[in-house]
Amino acid sequence: MNAIGALWLRQIKRYLRSRSRLIGSLGQPLLFLLALGFGFGPIFKKAGGGNYIQFLTPGIVAMGVLFTAIFSGIEVIWDRQFGFLKETLVAPVSRIYIMLGRTLGGATVAVIQGILVLTIATLAGFKWNSVIGIFPALCFMFLIAVLFTALGTGIASVLEDMQGFQIIMNFLVMPIFFFSGSLFPLSGLPHFLGVLAALNPLTYGIEGLRISLLGGSSLRMAIDALTLLVFSTALLFIGSRLFEKIQI
Amino acid sequence: MEKIIEVKNLSKSFGEFQAVGGISFNVKKGEVFSLLGPNGAGKTTTIKMLTTLIEPSSGSVHIGGLSLTENKIAIRRQFGIVFQDSSLDEDLTAEENMFFHAVLYGISRKTRQEKISDLLKFFGLWERRSDLVKHFSGGMKKRLEIARALSHDPPLLFLDEPTSGLDPQNRSRLWEYLKELNKTMNMTIFLTTHSMEEVEKVSGRIVIIDHGKISAEGTPEEIKTRTETKTLEEAFLTLTGRDIREDAPTESDHLRKGRILWSGGRKK
Repeated sequence: MNAIGALWLRQIKRYLRSRSRLIGSLGQPLLFLLALGFGFGPIFKKAGGGNYIQFLTPGIVAMGVLFTAIFSGIEVIWDRQFGFLKETLVAPVSRIYIMLGRTLGGATVAVIQGILVLTIATLAGFKWNSVIGIFPALCFMFLIAVLFTALGTGIASVLEDMQGFQIIMNFLVMPIFFFSGSLFPLSGLPHFLGVLAALNPLTYGIEGLRISLLGGSSLRMAIDALTLLVFSTALLFIGSRLFEKIQI
Repeated sequence: MEKIIEVKNLSKSFGEFQAVGGISFNVKKGEVFSLLGPNGAGKTTTIKMLTTLIEPSSGSVHIGGLSLTENKIAIRRQFGIVFQDSSLDEDLTAEENMFFHAVLYGISRKTRQEKISDLLKFFGLWERRSDLVKHFSGGMKKRLEIARALSHDPPLLFLDEPTSGLDPQNRSRLWEYLKELNKTMNMTIFLTTHSMEEVEKVSGRIVIIDHGKISAEGTPEEIKTRTETKTLEEAFLTLTGRDIREDAPTESDHLRKGRILWSGGRKK
């Protein structure tokens, strides 16, 4: 095992041990799925949108992945406060490996969370187009997870404490979630919000997930995957640079 | 004797504030070296620079003959460090903390398990190896930190106020361990502490810093003779004055000041 593996394992162990976190981070997507899914379902149907649970599920799966990934990244702040970050920063390992290990660990946790949400949605009545769709769906979940864990890690590298966290939730994470096509189709948005959505990497993640689970154009799916890949690589790079510069 | 640490004109400034202002000293191989000073004198900043956690503003540091700025990774292999505040992962067990460290330091699979069990036994933690660290007492955590810092056999050990917050039992036990390691393994110990009593007991060389500058250097005896005092405590007070220091801002406070991002809603 090497440093990347060790840091990956650490993230997984911490996740499995913290049952409150596991249940807590399932609560929100579940609430959205049930409240919005059944609440807005009839209206959505009347407006000619079809079954809302079908539309909503990929968005809520992405939500579970997004929130868990951002939180995993932000954990750097906890490690800074509880001192463990120092232990990894004085180790004879390049910080890029430390950052990669943390990010892959956090991303794995986020994918597990996404799978749990998808399972619950299926129990709540979500119908799969075909079972094979799970494979591209897992790829999209993983790409979304890496992207936002790296983003969270990068942000946490420049934040001193949790005080800035609320700002990030309100001005970054929630807009990313809302303007991504997760809850409503993007086609009806005014022009500037449409541009915002097009710049939002999660938009591509959700479109990809939707095609994976419900069927659609393979070309669009390939474009989505490629776009996400570019975004994830860029954020991994930026995140590592910021993580490298941490001074304690 | 051979030098293991060579520090020349080392400085660190945080914006306007100069935490360490051009200090020079050497640490010889196999000695117990103490860096003393009142709160905010620059001790922790110095240790952080020597252990590659923060970049010096100017000056040079060589550890084991290697330049600090060019060989960070190689130098990190040479030392173990016990920080003033805990740096354990409290949600992992004692054994997992040790394992994690061993992997980060590239200790081979074969020696890993043996090393970990030897050290846990040596520090009296073997029975509790599978307990989460958050259930440990302060003394046990400190022992685990030291065990962990020793697991890659470093020739140099940094101890930043290792006995603060420990009861006399743990403190005296700790010093027994450390003396033994110093003697049998010829391990160099770099210590910062506020306990003059401890320093007199281990009786290595001392550097006293205040306001980021060196104000005295030598053995406890030499310093006592020079200041015409009977105890090291008196000598320390003669050299650094009797005024109580406000706890100087920490490095992160200084970093925070210089940071524009995220500072909007905060008054610091």
